[in-house]
Amino acid sequence: MEMPFSSGNYLRGVPFPFCAGCGGTTVANVFLRAVHELGHRNLQGFVFCSGIGCSSWIPSPHFKADSIHTTHGRSIPVATGVKLMRPNLNVVVFGGDGDIVGIGLGHLIHAARRNLDVTVIMVNNMIYGMTGGQVAPTTPQEVKTSTTPYGGFERPLDAVSLVASAGASYAARVTTAHIQQLKGTIKKALKTKGFSFIEVVSQCPTAYGRRAGFKNAGEMLHWMRDHSISIREAQKLSENEVKGKIVIGDFVDRKLPTLTERIQSTIKKASKDGPD
Amino acid sequence: MAGHLSSGTHFLQGNEAIAEAAMIAGCRFFAGYPITPASEISEYLATHLPKIGGIMIQMEDEIASIGAIIGASWAGAKAMTATSGPGFSLMQENIGYAFMTETPCVVVDVQRSGPSTGQATKCAQGDVMQSRWGTHGDYASIVLSPNSVEEMFYLTIHAFNLAEQYRTPVILLADEIVAHMREQIHIPPAESIDIVNRRKPKTQEERFFGGEEVPPMPSIGEGHNVAVTGSTHDEFGRRFTADPGVHQNLVTRLVGKIRNNAELVMDFEAYNATDCEIGFITYGCTSRAAYEAIEMARNNGINAGLIRLKTLWPFPERIVQSMARNAKKIIVPEMNVQQLFFEVERATKGATEVIPVNKIGGGEMLTPEELYSQLKGSEN
Repeated sequence: MEMPFSSGNYLRGVPFPFCAGCGGTTVANVFLRAVHELGHRNLQGFVFCSGIGCSSWIPSPHFKADSIHTTHGRSIPVATGVKLMRPNLNVVVFGGDGDIVGIGLGHLIHAARRNLDVTVIMVNNMIYGMTGGQVAPTTPQEVKTSTTPYGGFERPLDAVSLVASAGASYAARVTTAHIQQLKGTIKKALKTKGFSFIEVVSQCPTAYGRRAGFKNAGEMLHWMRDHSISIREAQKLSENEVKGKIVIGDFVDRKLPTLTERIQSTIKKASKDGPD
Repeated sequence: MAGHLSSGTHFLQGNEAIAEAAMIAGCRFFAGYPITPASEISEYLATHLPKIGGIMIQMEDEIASIGAIIGASWAGAKAMTATSGPGFSLMQENIGYAFMTETPCVVVDVQRSGPSTGQATKCAQGDVMQSRWGTHGDYASIVLSPNSVEEMFYLTIHAFNLAEQYRTPVILLADEIVAHMREQIHIPPAESIDIVNRRKPKTQEERFFGGEEVPPMPSIGEGHNVAVTGSTHDEFGRRFTADPGVHQNLVTRLVGKIRNNAELVMDFEAYNATDCEIGFITYGCTSRAAYEAIEMARNNGINAGLIRLKTLWPFPERIVQSMARNAKKIIVPEMNVQQLFFEVERATKGATEVIPVNKIGGGEMLTPEELYSQLKGSEN
């Protein structure tokens, strides 16, 4: 018989620190429901790594599980050490766009290149929210932020394409306005062997929304819903037609050898006929 | 515990001795990034660690390297990284994280000439203060200084043991000369080597971050729901970023567990230290010349003595003071522009004159003759 979802199985009961309307709570909620639907009755067998920034507070200290809240941008290296020594654990990294593709970008690309068997969920609110609304590597160029008061002069980064081209098993983008799709994507990522990466475009009404001209979180969600197109549709359009849209869906979903598998075979080889 | 070599006499390079000792100490995870003069440690472990089921991974930089060993340590492994000055600088933030989260790990810094890229392949002792004060905030560090290939071996094992005992990062502050020279070393039978392992919690224990000087350390994946954070936290790991008392308790304990045990951590070698008229306070490669200068002094009737510090931090004040009581002058030779000198001066509190002797550039050691002439010149 299907057990009903009960948040008490997954949460410590510590209140989330997020602002009203923040997408972080949505991501936490949908993640736990995805975990539940995959048949996990609690979070034993999971370990969560996160860095610094609002989204890093999604797992820690709220999830009733082992969690390592690392320094800014370094959650993926820490997750690497954890996964290599405990290959049987489900290692999941949560972080914001500043954490994962700002200060920590190098680690993301290398984890994808190695096809390290962890899941990285990057909550992209397009801004440094916790520090008060500074420009991020993901901020659309026209949006004014506290450190780009005349508008930006850099192009935003396409993290999903980058991860896909670096060699990850799975890379997808979805938004907090697509709850069912988000849940399905998380389930797929958690079942993936190898590196799985999800960029969740998310609303930050406090630090981003008011600077980008949105009245509230609801307006932002409508905007995200109305400006998203699937990757299949996007592939039929010209670059100009795709501009300003959020391209969602699975960018890659493939079977590739994982880092754990390769290291285990190295150990087997070395212990049999080590180079002397 | 198994290394690659059998017990007995071997002819090894200093860096190889570190790698071999790490395996014997129980290290099963190593992450590093290539850098001269430390790379041989990675290379040795890349070859031999997988043979005993361990993992060596070359990361994308030194920040990732120390991040990975922190993760591996929480996964239950003894873990190490090795680098030199520039990489050591990059690691400092996460060394602070390891200190704050009480994550045992060993960081080898094979010192080379800095600042910056400096003279990358040449020896120096310029990281003495960085090894003590490199990360931000209040903290205490344990730093060991080997002066021979055999001591590279023993102090690496000691570094792992101290890391596990005190649940803290331990720094093995080697230098290019000791790392690259080759000497005969004797590896004792495994059963005669003391190995310390971290204390694990009993089933119902929940205080992993306080409640006693060194709390037990759970591993992730064992059902403890441990929440590790570099933010100020109470003994249960709960974050308190505004409460002054919680921060004070935490940092006082973290610093205290090292300061209060300084006598136990302190390790040194002494020759005629308390009765000499002139003495050396020395460490690392420089001490090798100091021993010879003492020999020359003894042959020439000078009453000279020597203390060689194997523990640089916590600074062994008491032993330095024991020399200062009778010695008229204390000479501090270093391959830097006065780093430990000021610490010796501070510890002796004006009881005696402290004289710095410094040499930098080109990786050239202070010679026995140079040190002997200092002794002779300081005699009256």
